[in-house]
Amino acid sequence: MGSRASTLLRDEELEEIKKETGFSHSQITRLYSRFTSLDKGENGTLSREDFQRIPELAINPLGDRIINAFFPEGEDQVNFRGFMRTLAHFRPIEDNEKSKDVNGPEPLNRRSNKLHFAFRLYDLDKDDKISRDELLQVLEKVDVEQKMSIRFLH
Amino acid sequence: MLRAALPLLGLPLAAAGAAEEPTQEPGSWGEPPPGLALFRWQWHEVEAPYLVALWILVASLAKIVFHLSRKVTSLVPESCLLILLGLVLGGIVLAVAKKAEYQLEPGTFFLFLLPPIVLDSGYFMPSRLFFDNLGAILTYAVVGTLWNAFTTGAALWGLQQAGLVAPRVQAGLLDFLLFGSLISAVDPVAVLAVFEEVHVNETLFIIVFGESLLNDAVTVVLYKVCNSFVEMGSANVQVTDYLKGVASLFVVSLGGAAVGLVFAFLLALTTRFTKRVRIIEPLLVFLLAYAAYLTAEMASLSAILAVTMCGLGCKKYVEANISHKSRTAVKYTMKTLASCAETVIFMLLGISAVDSSKWAWDSGLVLGTLFFILFFRALGVVLQTWMLNQFRLVPLDKIDQVVMSYGGLRGAVAFALVILLDRTKVPAKDYFVATTIVVVFFTVIVQGLTIKPLVKWLKVKRSEHHKPTLNQELHEHTFDHILAAVEDVVGHHGYHYWRDRWEQFDKKYLSQLLMRRSAYRIRDQIWDVYYRLNIRDAISFVDQGGHVLSSTGLTLPSMPSRNSVAETSVTNLLRESGSGACLDLQVIDTVRSGRDREDAVMHHLLCGGLYKPRRRYKASCSRHFISEDAQERQDKEIFQQNMKRRLESFKSTKHNICFTKNKPRTRKASRKKKDGVANAEATNGKPPRDLGFQDTAAVILTVESEEEEESDSSETEKEDDEGIIFVARATSEVLQEGKFSGSLEICPSPRIIPPSPTCAEKELPWKSGQGDLAVYVSSETTKIVPVDMQTGWNQSISSLESLASPPCTQAPTLTRLPPHPLGTEEPQAPLDLSSDPRPSFAFPPSLAKAGRSRSESSADISQQQELQPLMGHKNHTHLSPGTANSHWCIQFNRGGRL
Repeated sequence: MGSRASTLLRDEELEEIKKETGFSHSQITRLYSRFTSLDKGENGTLSREDFQRIPELAINPLGDRIINAFFPEGEDQVNFRGFMRTLAHFRPIEDNEKSKDVNGPEPLNRRSNKLHFAFRLYDLDKDDKISRDELLQVLEKVDVEQKMSIRFLH
Repeated sequence: MLRAALPLLGLPLAAAGAAEEPTQEPGSWGEPPPGLALFRWQWHEVEAPYLVALWILVASLAKIVFHLSRKVTSLVPESCLLILLGLVLGGIVLAVAKKAEYQLEPGTFFLFLLPPIVLDSGYFMPSRLFFDNLGAILTYAVVGTLWNAFTTGAALWGLQQAGLVAPRVQAGLLDFLLFGSLISAVDPVAVLAVFEEVHVNETLFIIVFGESLLNDAVTVVLYKVCNSFVEMGSANVQVTDYLKGVASLFVVSLGGAAVGLVFAFLLALTTRFTKRVRIIEPLLVFLLAYAAYLTAEMASLSAILAVTMCGLGCKKYVEANISHKSRTAVKYTMKTLASCAETVIFMLLGISAVDSSKWAWDSGLVLGTLFFILFFRALGVVLQTWMLNQFRLVPLDKIDQVVMSYGGLRGAVAFALVILLDRTKVPAKDYFVATTIVVVFFTVIVQGLTIKPLVKWLKVKRSEHHKPTLNQELHEHTFDHILAAVEDVVGHHGYHYWRDRWEQFDKKYLSQLLMRRSAYRIRDQIWDVYYRLNIRDAISFVDQGGHVLSSTGLTLPSMPSRNSVAETSVTNLLRESGSGACLDLQVIDTVRSGRDREDAVMHHLLCGGLYKPRRRYKASCSRHFISEDAQERQDKEIFQQNMKRRLESFKSTKHNICFTKNKPRTRKASRKKKDGVANAEATNGKPPRDLGFQDTAAVILTVESEEEEESDSSETEKEDDEGIIFVARATSEVLQEGKFSGSLEICPSPRIIPPSPTCAEKELPWKSGQGDLAVYVSSETTKIVPVDMQTGWNQSISSLESLASPPCTQAPTLTRLPPHPLGTEEPQAPLDLSSDPRPSFAFPPSLAKAGRSRSESSADISQQQELQPLMGHKNHTHLSPGTANSHWCIQFNRGGRL
């Protein structure tokens, strides 16, 4: 499975994803195999139905919102790149990353980006407003870096 | 036992000592008197329990004495002081009785002293934190303990081989391993005693403490295995025995945990059915937990693990099932027992150390052991942390490791285990005992003393003492769901995935099975949050009401002071958490001339005061003799009264805002009502005009009726809700009431009778400042009232603005605005209520099953009749009181249905 995935993934694409998201090579191939196994239509993109087929996600109270978060504005398909970009929000921040933040593009797992992701989950009508302005204030208190990271994506 | 106790007794009771002395040997007292003895001394019959009680008393008194000086206890942990006290007491016993008594008996320790401590820590363990760090805890508990035992044992053996331990210590490698296994385990009692005073951050605490609890299984297994190996003799040990030893580790730990979970399940299931026998709920908790301990002990499984798992597992369901009172009882009893046991353990440890017949000193062994346990503990922690940090999202830093190494305290478990050794099989037992005592004392006293300064010096992150706000909790839940979902997407079955699965399972099956339907329903939905807010709100109201009343009782009501009272934190909390349940929008403060005010105060004071004694008598009576139902009913009454008063105050505000023109009408209606004519059940439809009020009323009125709801006829006395005492009592009852029934039942009783106003109050319109008031309220409430209610508010405000201010018959009275916006939430004191227009108060017919009793209403009538001739003002209303009544009634119905 893993070998098949890596062969399908072009090297330059892999490099770009690596640069953009900070995932390692093996993580990307592993996630790519997951991506292809989710991709029932086998057209290189995932649709909402593909996500909804995940049984656990169906019973998750926030499942729909999270699925929504994978799709860019107004689109019904997400390719592997977009998939990885969303997942990159959940990559833990490493110590050496914090220092080199200054130059280069802002990594997706920065606190602000994690917060923005959480924000989008609340902001259903996408008007960049959450009705209770207390929300952000509260999110300040939560240790977002820790709470919104998954070991697996380390 | 007895002989040694008496000298001890004799110290405080020196005078009685002489009399007691002979009685301790009844046989030697000569012939029993042939006739009827007037006075007989039967010490031996009560000896054992008496001594136990006495010891606990001594320990408790010592505790009190320690805490007299805050300086001492802030520097020295209590456990140190207790050990020192034990040493002193043991010395006295030894000096007087010439022989040591009152040692820490292993049997007593394991069967009676240890279980309460473990149960307490298991039951109150922060489960989320525990499971979040379960990996680290298990590693330290299993790998760490094994590591410590083997390295310490082997190193000591090496020390002996090197000739540094005196040759009279006859011990082989197996003996040293046995000793290593019992000395290596971090002790939960000692850790808890020291760390509770240190307040390191939760993660650090839970790791050290969880380790100390879970390593029991390893300790038990190691101890048993080594002990049987020693007894068999090293030559006879087969390979299969080693394998059996490894296997028994799993059997003992998993078996212990399984026993605990089974009992937790039984306990939760039992408490589901205790609705009618509330009184035994706390007992059940203790009995079943103790049964778990004994069962595990019987099957030679890990008893500590069993009790820990039992407490951890049952808590959620038990807390949901049992009544609030039982919860308090469980909490306090558990804490008391644990504290008692801990105190006695440390004191007995001190006393046991005095007995020189039991131990033999060897400097090499003692110093070697001390060094090795510290060294290997530190080394083990560093190695394991390095390993763990490869997997941990939040690595444990160096400071954490230092505290963890240094916090590895040894305690009474090690001592009890070493006492249990068989001298014939382990010839070096006495040396081991001495070493254990020194190690325990060193870790508890020296490390216990220094850990606090160390933590300060290293600037270890301390625990934060604030509860997460509601919003914070909500968002953390959100994150949990997000992470679980992302793990699903990624296809990785990690921690979040399994927790999510467990929660689903719990929600679908376990909670359904183990929780009462009512409790489950509360937990199920947002009602939980809603209900907590209501409770907090009610508490703040009652609390402030109590303050206001007491201040009124002492002095004349001065508005500034009341406003300062209203600052109480609960209300602020409430606002912080963005509650929509803010009900007391009462900000009317009418200031009148001093004389009028004084009269009014006196009047209300007397009204309240006159009814109070009767009520009080009844209350005290019911507490002892009347069954709990009656007590509960009374509590409910008081609670209802408070809520009614509050509703009324709320309503009168609204009335001021929206119904200014109707004022006289409603007043008339209210009087009619007092006459007992108007009844709440009139429900001919009149469209409610005040949206805002309905919405907010819905916040108070419970939406779901409760299975435990008995809307009994609350024969509320008229004025006694003004009594300070009852307000204070009601505070506690508010909680009980709400938590127990799961919903705030208010106003099953159909009437509310505002405090009878004085004539002056009735006559003089104090309401000149309504315009100001309304604007004020609206500006503030937009912040407090949730969005969906704001439409109602805006309507009411706009309707208000169109109103002309009512005519004043007197010099315009000043409406003081409270000095700060917090005043909005200040509940209105009854005194002020009386000056507001009083609308009649009707409750939904569904709730108002119980009519008010005739006798009361007649009492009201008589009072009214007294007052009425004095009333100077006319009825401006041409509306029939019934309509006015029904009007309100409808509103409440709406509110109730929302």
